[in-house]
Amino acid sequence: MSNSKILANGVDVYYGSKQALFGISMDIKEKEVTALIGPSGCGKSTFLRCINRMNDLIEICKVSGSIKVDNEEIISEKTDVVSLRSKIGMVFQKPNPFPKSIFDNVAYGPTIHGLVDSKNELEEIVHSSLKKAGLFDEVKDRLNEPGTSLSGGQQQRLCIARAIAVNPEIILMDEPCSALDPIATAIIEELIDELRLNYTIIIVTHSMQQAARVSQKTCFFHLGELIETGETNKIFTNPDNTKTQDYITGRFG
Amino acid sequence: MFFWSLVLIAVGIFSSFIYGRSRIKLNSKKQGTKSKSLPNYYAQYVLMWCLFPALIVYFSWAIFQEQIIQNIVISNFEYIEGAVYNEGLLLAEIRNVANNLSFADGKSIEIINAAAHYSSLRQISQISFYTSIIIIMLLGALYASQKLKPEFHAQHTIEKYIQYILIFCSSVAIFTTIGIVFSLIFESLRFFAEVSIFEFLFSTEWYPFIPIREGQTAAEGSFGAVPIFAGTFLVMVVAMCVAAPLGLLTAIYLAEYASQRVRKIVKPLLEILAGIPTIVYGFFAFVSVAPFVKAFGQSIGIDASPTSALAAGMVMGVMIIPFISSLSDDVINSVPQSLREASLGIGANKAETIKKVILPAALPGIVGAFLLAISRAIGETMIVVVAAGTAPNLTGNPFENVTTVTVQIVVALIGDQEFDNPRTLSAFALGLVLFVITLFLNIIALQIVKRYRERYE
Repeated sequence: MSNSKILANGVDVYYGSKQALFGISMDIKEKEVTALIGPSGCGKSTFLRCINRMNDLIEICKVSGSIKVDNEEIISEKTDVVSLRSKIGMVFQKPNPFPKSIFDNVAYGPTIHGLVDSKNELEEIVHSSLKKAGLFDEVKDRLNEPGTSLSGGQQQRLCIARAIAVNPEIILMDEPCSALDPIATAIIEELIDELRLNYTIIIVTHSMQQAARVSQKTCFFHLGELIETGETNKIFTNPDNTKTQDYITGRFG
Repeated sequence: MFFWSLVLIAVGIFSSFIYGRSRIKLNSKKQGTKSKSLPNYYAQYVLMWCLFPALIVYFSWAIFQEQIIQNIVISNFEYIEGAVYNEGLLLAEIRNVANNLSFADGKSIEIINAAAHYSSLRQISQISFYTSIIIIMLLGALYASQKLKPEFHAQHTIEKYIQYILIFCSSVAIFTTIGIVFSLIFESLRFFAEVSIFEFLFSTEWYPFIPIREGQTAAEGSFGAVPIFAGTFLVMVVAMCVAAPLGLLTAIYLAEYASQRVRKIVKPLLEILAGIPTIVYGFFAFVSVAPFVKAFGQSIGIDASPTSALAAGMVMGVMIIPFISSLSDDVINSVPQSLREASLGIGANKAETIKKVILPAALPGIVGAFLLAISRAIGETMIVVVAAGTAPNLTGNPFENVTTVTVQIVVALIGDQEFDNPRTLSAFALGLVLFVITLFLNIIALQIVKRYRERYE
């Protein structure tokens, strides 16, 4: 377990009486992009949301099993969810900037976590986060305009900047490009490739081309079970499981 | 009389429906073609042509009959030379004799004659009323039955008629509003003809007692509405001080913290608060809260009167809590879940998320809820009548008696007052100002709520 960042073991998830995930075990390495693929409703987003305990928001959702982040158990009553989430950033399917200025959107995280002591420091963090998200040059003259006035792709990069402003170690991306056009998608994919140098990234995607382009590891989910996991190259060229084969060749899903 | 005519109309529309249905079936069978619409539409078509003309006759009779008969009776009345008649009293007397409400003995012969005339006119009117309703229904049905051919699109016509009916219904509310506004304006103009508008709006003395008869030794009345509006404002401020924090915090609890089960129980319970008649709040304020306020005032060394702005305002505040909490709860709930997730996903806790993301996003809607609650508080009457008194005091001290616009309207209108008296007319002027204020509050509130809605849809 040299550089294992996230280690899941036998994760079951129930929505009320309906079981959504069946004994998922997974090992996610540091500073890699892991893609979760599979047909709709197969539980890949549910699994993603277990990692930062976002499923807590759903009253009827029950999670059991074990997920360790940096060797610390997070599926537990005692877990400090707030500090866990500041360590694990999340980017959502639909860009969801706050109805605040571009600057305030990015400054939100550092401010609530007390990461900065002065205005200059805050400005520095905001600028560097926007730069890392590849958005700074486009918005540097209008940081006081509302974040909702940006285009869809820019909004999504703003959300990425907002996530990395609190200096997380892991970034979860839940279909980050599904609401974007191909050009904006390409920009985000390039960005993911750069972010990989500093962050561990897990991305849920419906696009198999996208999984193939951005990820090093791929996990295939089907009906709440993890069917196959491995090097992206291998999954897409020579999968072990026939279901995986059928899915990536477009025979179902 | 009018009851039996309703029965007559009911029988008419029932038989016209049956007639229309069987007639179209017969006609299409005769021609051997299928009718363009279902038989029921033809039946409804006949029914409408039977019903609406009859209703028009019915209502015009109900409105004009009495007036016309009275005019005829009065114009034929044998006036005695030299005697002075009050037309209203004379008519009342004639009617009473005609309806056997007062004995004919001892009445003058002219009145008895006129009463007989009145009765006979009523009889004629009644007979012609029934005849014309029957005739008009038959004519309507006859006209409609000529159209009952299979190639006639009854459904299209029915839909057009239904549209007219809907337009008529919605215009009733609009015209009523316009009528009320105009009557307010005209009566207010009569008031302002006697009292200067500047005195009304800016003078601080409200003493609406003016001599009714010549030579009566009453003080000159004065109509300065400032203390009344100040009182209204004071009670409203007290009410909002109670309702705004309680309502808003309730809404936050319900929307963000309460489990589905608690929400399902608490929200309807709160809405019951809104259903309690305001007079019940009024005597609650008077019996329980006002003495408490008085005792409290004394304990901190303030001389409180037995009824006070504070007592009325506090209870009114409780009354409008459900307005604020229910509307704000809806507004907070409609803040998209994605914003909550975004904030929590960064590692904000619940309180930070609510304070920094949800409330700012919901603010316009919450302000709208507050404004609606304020206009409700301004328009409230019964609580203030009972718990704040009727004395027009210009004061900022909530332990004192105050009065509000609505209360003064009530005071001005009770008792035997002629409608040409400035005291009575002042009610309309007060009502007009109140109407303008609440209208503006509502417009602002609706604008804010609208802008808020556009943002998230």
